Amino acid sequence: MKPILTVKELSLVSGEEKVLDGVSFEIKQGEIFALVGESGSGKSLTSLAIMRLLPEAIRVSSGDVRLQEKSLFALPEYKMQKVRGKKIAMIFQEPMNALNPVMTVGEQVAEVIRLHLGLAQEAVRDKVVSLFEEVALKEPHERYHWYPHQLSGGQKQRVMIAMALACEPDLLIADEPTTALDVTIQAQVLELLKRIRERRKLSILFITHDMAVVYQLADRVAVMRHGAIVEEAACRTFFEHPGHPYTQSLLRDAMGSGQARIVSSESTRLLEVKGLKVHFPVRKGFFQRISGYVKAVDGISFSIPKGKTLALVGESGSGKSTTGQAILSLLPVSAGSIKFEGEELTRLGAKALKLYRQKIQVVFQDPFSALNPRMSIGEIIREGMVSLGVGPARKREQDAYMEELLLRVELKAEHLHRFPHEFSGGQRQRIGIARALAVKPELIICDEPTSALDVSVRAQILKLLKRLQQESSVSYLFITHDLSIVSEIADEVAVMKEGRIVEQGTVENVMHTPHHPYTKQLLASAPRLPTAYQI
Amino acid sequence: MILTPLWTDLMVWALVLGATVGGWFAARSLRTRRQWHNIFRSGTAMASAIVLLFYLFFTLLDSVHFRTVSEMPGTKSEQVVYAPMQSLLDLLLAHNLKNSERTYSAPFATHEYAKSIVVDADGETRQAYLPLKHVSGESSPVKRTLTALLTGLGMSILGIMFHIWCCSRERFKTVLIKRLRGEDTLPWRTAYLTFSVLLLLFTWLYVMSFDYHVLGTDKVGGDVLYQSIKSIRTGVLIGILTTLIMLPVAVLLGVSAGLFGGWVDDAIQYLYTTLSSIPGVLLIAAGVLVMQVMMDGHPEWFASTLERSDLRLLFLILILGITSWTGLCRLIRAETLKISQIEFVTAAKAFGVGKLTIIRRHIVPNLMHIILISVVLDFSGLVLAEAVLSYVGVGVDPTMYSWGNMINQARLEMAREPMVWWSLFSAFVFMFILVLAANLLSDRIQKVLDPRNSL
Repeated sequence: MKPILTVKELSLVSGEEKVLDGVSFEIKQGEIFALVGESGSGKSLTSLAIMRLLPEAIRVSSGDVRLQEKSLFALPEYKMQKVRGKKIAMIFQEPMNALNPVMTVGEQVAEVIRLHLGLAQEAVRDKVVSLFEEVALKEPHERYHWYPHQLSGGQKQRVMIAMALACEPDLLIADEPTTALDVTIQAQVLELLKRIRERRKLSILFITHDMAVVYQLADRVAVMRHGAIVEEAACRTFFEHPGHPYTQSLLRDAMGSGQARIVSSESTRLLEVKGLKVHFPVRKGFFQRISGYVKAVDGISFSIPKGKTLALVGESGSGKSTTGQAILSLLPVSAGSIKFEGEELTRLGAKALKLYRQKIQVVFQDPFSALNPRMSIGEIIREGMVSLGVGPARKREQDAYMEELLLRVELKAEHLHRFPHEFSGGQRQRIGIARALAVKPELIICDEPTSALDVSVRAQILKLLKRLQQESSVSYLFITHDLSIVSEIADEVAVMKEGRIVEQGTVENVMHTPHHPYTKQLLASAPRLPTAYQI
Repeated sequence: MILTPLWTDLMVWALVLGATVGGWFAARSLRTRRQWHNIFRSGTAMASAIVLLFYLFFTLLDSVHFRTVSEMPGTKSEQVVYAPMQSLLDLLLAHNLKNSERTYSAPFATHEYAKSIVVDADGETRQAYLPLKHVSGESSPVKRTLTALLTGLGMSILGIMFHIWCCSRERFKTVLIKRLRGEDTLPWRTAYLTFSVLLLLFTWLYVMSFDYHVLGTDKVGGDVLYQSIKSIRTGVLIGILTTLIMLPVAVLLGVSAGLFGGWVDDAIQYLYTTLSSIPGVLLIAAGVLVMQVMMDGHPEWFASTLERSDLRLLFLILILGITSWTGLCRLIRAETLKISQIEFVTAAKAFGVGKLTIIRRHIVPNLMHIILISVVLDFSGLVLAEAVLSYVGVGVDPTMYSWGNMINQARLEMAREPMVWWSLFSAFVFMFILVLAANLLSDRIQKVLDPRNSL
């Protein structure tokens, strides 16, 4: 069978620097080809080069891209425009940014059809509705007149897929289409892509960083690193016998150590949360009357033993982060109690709270916004120490203390005088951890600390967190949406949904014998790697 | 000779001093240095900055006021009598002030612009163009021009050599060759070119002004070149001092509104919504009228017309400052709202850091780019606002030299036949160059400092 798309020795340069180095692969009819790699590996650039949508600074130095034996680089721009959308369609990571907010979604899809197929008004409408049906959008006739903001993230992604399918393309390029979605929605979208492939014999170039998604979806896999393909294989053989050492380590990181942690029950309770409620008032009208409440957290209870980790799992909007903020006393608590070492935190004034601010610290999700770009690393770490009076008082001794701290989080002592923009995401996350550790806390609230990181960096950060826990027996409240890391880091799990905890218990119990239907659904939707895989 | 600083003199010197000290502190941060380096990598920005520096130079020259002891033959020796207040610039252009004519004359003219009635020796009355009193027309303009250009060239070469000699550590010759070929990271060649052109132009104007009225004279025979140059101070002062007054108000209120929220936010928002819904000119006119009445009631506040017009300028700056902070305040409030939600602020809160420290350490440094951009953007707006306000009649004192006043007078001159165009033209050119330079520089600053335009 002839391949739909052939990429041959494609190289891209940005100025003097080579950003893509001799990439070659083929995609056959009806095949899902996964391009896997960490951020900066050049997988998105490859897709942009295929569409000839590269940013101006980057140009093609050598190589060729052929769509059904026709070279795309030889086409004039007006012909290329016909290829885009009609022959090759693309869906993006952020459906939010890809849809025009002031047009109804139906019109947007119709526009594409009118542009490329030239059908009559009525026919276009019917076509849009049938497309919406195909992507399993409920009530397609009504949805035609909806605006993007009225749809959820998953529905928007369905509209994007419908738009991509509108002109019956030969190739669909999907650039991390499920990364911004919750697991249950992700499972549905992946299922949908598979179904469409079956029905239309469509070829899909699927770009992702998530190994588990690849395992679920792809027929063939290519792993990219530093702008080159290091390994290409059929999906089965790829996961059973990964050849390249980089691939092996990538898979190992994605799998986690796999062994659950040993739980001992004799330790004392450090933090006890009982019936915690955080309600935000909704104000309306000229006098700002309170017309209702958003119940972000609605009566949850849990406790964390000393030196242990509780994972708080849930999808976006379930109230996990709000819980973390409430424990940090950064949000007013509506009802319930938060007891830390037996002391009720919700009743303390700002002054008395300062003692507990030292004992409870936080690590954030986004390593880029967590550090003030205008302060040096030293200033960032020193801020908390000075404010809470922890550590030595003299500046030189503080410097020595901070240097030691940086070494503990596996950074270098000379990093103290640099600025955040000089560091990578993983390094920044280490700085964030060092900042929290500087005040010698007993509980660290980790608010999705790994979800913005690449797989290999994620594994390193998790390892670091575990090591720090062993060294100083600090407790973690680990907030995450990623079920795959729960068994690795946590001793206990609590599953949150719509402000309530639906199930909690030891990792062993919840992950292997879930009782609540929502937990079961979550576990079923999470893409998994083959458990038999061992190196 | 004694120094008699006016209020605005003190303010402008304080500002220059403050900017120098602030710049010195800011230059210690590598990041800031790199950003400014980046700004001046553009030739346009460099040329604009040089032009602005020229204007600033004239402003500063005109902001040193003093009195000299006048030696009038008739007075007693015990009594010290001071001549009227002067600035350094007046000293430099003294001949222009002295060479006042009777009425209108065109640029480089040797005779008046309109015919006058004269009585001949033989008692006959006729109409004739009278010769100008202070234009001899003896020395050849070409020769004068050549001397002026040579002097200017010599001065600019000296200046450039001095700059190279002062600011670079490498060998003089290698640096010079590198600069001339334009191989530096900063466009020094453009800077030197701008500097030389400006210097040549001003030397020429200056030298020629001894023999001619280079830009003509106005209705009462005053030299237009002198007026235009004196107007620089008024324009620049209104541009920079107003920002100085507006800035603290806008930053303080904007940050408080954004960070504290609640009733503080409501109150501040109410205030600026109200202020910005009153037409600006109306508000300023009302303020100026109040000030006028107040000044008429307190003649003891000023001893001379110069002091009176200065006080009026000061009040005008205050009024402009009070009415123009709303836009920046709104911007800063929105940005503060955004920054206060970012995680590093949450981290600081989790460390129990006080609100004031959060503002000082986390919020204001991250607002700096907005503040800087709006300062340079507002500058040109305010220079133009002065012209408009003086034209309407609620601007600076009518006795003060300002482009607005010149344009206001030119309104009638344009209706004359033949038209008197040079007043308007000079005011326009001087103002245009200043505003254009400020706008070009602010464009570049915005491009470099705004985080959304990553270079």
